[in-house]
Amino acid sequence: MMTDDTQAKTASACETCPVHHKANLLKLGVNMEDWDFVVALAGNPNTGKSTVFNALTGLRQHTGNWPGKTVTRAEGGFVYGDHRYKLVDLPGTYSLLATSLDEEIARDFILFGQPDVTVVVVDATRLERNLNLVLQVLEITDRVVVCLNLMDEARRHNLQIDDRRLARDLGVPVVPTAARYNEGLDQLLEAISEVATGKVVCRPHRIQSETPALRQAVSQLTRQIEAVFPNLPNARWVALRLLDGDERIAEAIKSGGLGDLSQEGREQAEREMSLALELEVQR
Amino acid sequence: MSQSKQTTPDDILATARALRWEIGRDFHERLVEAVYTDASRIADRAVTRGDGQARFDLDRTIDRIVTSRTWGVPIMLLLLTLVFWLTVSGANVPSGLLAGLLLDTIHPLLKNLAASIGMPWWLDGLLIDGVYLACAWVVSVMLPPMAIFFPLFTLLEDLGYLPRVVFNLDSAFKRVGAHGKQALSMSMGFGCNAAGVIATRIIDSPRERLIAIITNNFALCNGRWPTQILIATLFIGALVPAHLAGLISALAVVGVAVFGILLTFGVSWVLSRTELRGEVSTFSLELPPYRPPRILQTIYTSVIDRTIFVLWRAVVFAVPAGAVIWLSANVNVDGVSIAEHLIGFLDPFGLLLGLNGVILVAYIVAIPANEIVIPTILMLTVTTAGLQQVGAGAGVMFELESASGTLAILKAGGWTLLTGINLMLFSLLHNPCSTTLYTILKETDSWKWTVVSALLPLGMGFALTFIVAQVARLLGWA
Repeated sequence: MMTDDTQAKTASACETCPVHHKANLLKLGVNMEDWDFVVALAGNPNTGKSTVFNALTGLRQHTGNWPGKTVTRAEGGFVYGDHRYKLVDLPGTYSLLATSLDEEIARDFILFGQPDVTVVVVDATRLERNLNLVLQVLEITDRVVVCLNLMDEARRHNLQIDDRRLARDLGVPVVPTAARYNEGLDQLLEAISEVATGKVVCRPHRIQSETPALRQAVSQLTRQIEAVFPNLPNARWVALRLLDGDERIAEAIKSGGLGDLSQEGREQAEREMSLALELEVQR
Repeated sequence: MSQSKQTTPDDILATARALRWEIGRDFHERLVEAVYTDASRIADRAVTRGDGQARFDLDRTIDRIVTSRTWGVPIMLLLLTLVFWLTVSGANVPSGLLAGLLLDTIHPLLKNLAASIGMPWWLDGLLIDGVYLACAWVVSVMLPPMAIFFPLFTLLEDLGYLPRVVFNLDSAFKRVGAHGKQALSMSMGFGCNAAGVIATRIIDSPRERLIAIITNNFALCNGRWPTQILIATLFIGALVPAHLAGLISALAVVGVAVFGILLTFGVSWVLSRTELRGEVSTFSLELPPYRPPRILQTIYTSVIDRTIFVLWRAVVFAVPAGAVIWLSANVNVDGVSIAEHLIGFLDPFGLLLGLNGVILVAYIVAIPANEIVIPTILMLTVTTAGLQQVGAGAGVMFELESASGTLAILKAGGWTLLTGINLMLFSLLHNPCSTTLYTILKETDSWKWTVVSALLPLGMGFALTFIVAQVARLLGWA
């Protein structure tokens, strides 16, 4: 096993901590055949998603300090512990409810691509606004890790963030990081692997402030959807989208099953990628 | 409501429709509100604010200046000029050194080697005088300016200056009926138009997105900056005393870039009032905090991502282009080479535009990549101007030790100040490269708009250079 060597040499108290085995991280760049887990990287624009992406994959996708830099998906791979991961960097979006193409790409991937873990990168200095996206992602999928990034700037601005409280409220792991300075990435990797392997089971927060009428409508529709598509992991989200009048989702239901679509959606997203990745590098 | 045993997809949709009727039309707003309420409650519990707010204020003070009505645009132009001035004045010496090494030293070595192993003359010509020289030329002309320009531009980007540019230009874009975010896709276009076209995905209204796609070509891209910088240095910088040359050349390049931005506004305005009429959408733009750039990493990534990438692309296209040019200069039809036939055919039209046949042929050769325009022009000029003494035969690119050598060759090819200026204008205004066109086709899924995107700038380029040439000739300037 890869870790034997490191374990033998060290004798500090940290050695029982799983994070200690950072030596396990092997950056694979774009070489990502036969992955065990797919990890999606979502977040608001300009929160440092691409920096996290680069730090984990060893790729050097260009990072820019401006919102909307990544409008397409970029992919890379890494090995951590005994597993191979494919990391997909999604375009930065403020929400998953709206209409522009970049939001649709992000939404489709989380919904239809069904990643094993979705990491939401969050700007610690603008927590409230960033949480809007986190809560929407939590509606779609249970397996989420929140990466509380830009902690260096939060400190600079004298903001203290209680990440444990946050983790408890959101029901998913929260890892404070400063990706620009490689701070907290070991813990992030550990959290990703724990969620991916099922060692940690999330109990995600669901929107609570809805009115009773709304809640009843949602649960009624959810039950029906579950009856028709028993394998769908996110019937509640589909119900929310239907009630919101999302034509695309309605189409997916009519055309004989979300199950087929999830495969199709993934393939279509892959195709879109081939050209996009090429151009991403060209910049 | 009770459910029957066999629920079908249509039942789901029917229920959804009924429920939508019941809850009313403001579902979306109520859902968004619920999300916001939860987010704000959770955030409140987790965040404690310290007292010191000094850093916030520093950022705001800077923002007040760089996005002010009075100073925003001048500061923008000043920064742009500074970047080009550093590029122009810094690139000359390394360019000369590279040219000396690749063209004066290695080229004769290769020729001798080929002679010593008895390589047939045509193979030697094709490989060494065609392919090798085209690549060597691309590297020596393009590498130094790019190695200076891209890191500088990337530093500005990392600092967080781009969103401020968007902020400054937003109201202008609104006024011409386009989307404020077009400023971002335009900025992206300054790097690569194909990437700029993809970047328009951040614009949600199809109408405004189409405007942004069609006008993206007016943002000078990687492949065109070196042409602008070189021609400005040779023709415009030469008009003034040496100590001012760098600054004036830089200003000329900024002038062309700004002209491109003005055209972006103009064409957007026309489109939004004719074919693409419609409402202007609003959006909120967040000014990110200024972040101290990590200088070494920025230099590394911009050299790898941009400089080497663009250079590699140029070399890849220069290899076949070099071979084709050499062949066309050495294969004769009716006693005259193919290249000369073609140039002679296009020359009258070129001269009408204040350009010449060589330039037009170069732009046809360079449809896949604008990067090879200058090398192609120089190769063709040497061939047709009969500058045998500089090179070693038809189709051979020549040795040149400095920019003045290049100028001498162009002048021998009949170039004037007008040719230089019109080349700069035509480099701004012509069809996008084939990669960009392919991207436009994929993004718009429409041949019509792809053709419009190709022909509109080309037509404008023909019209503008024609007018400039006629006016200059009427006034006796050229």
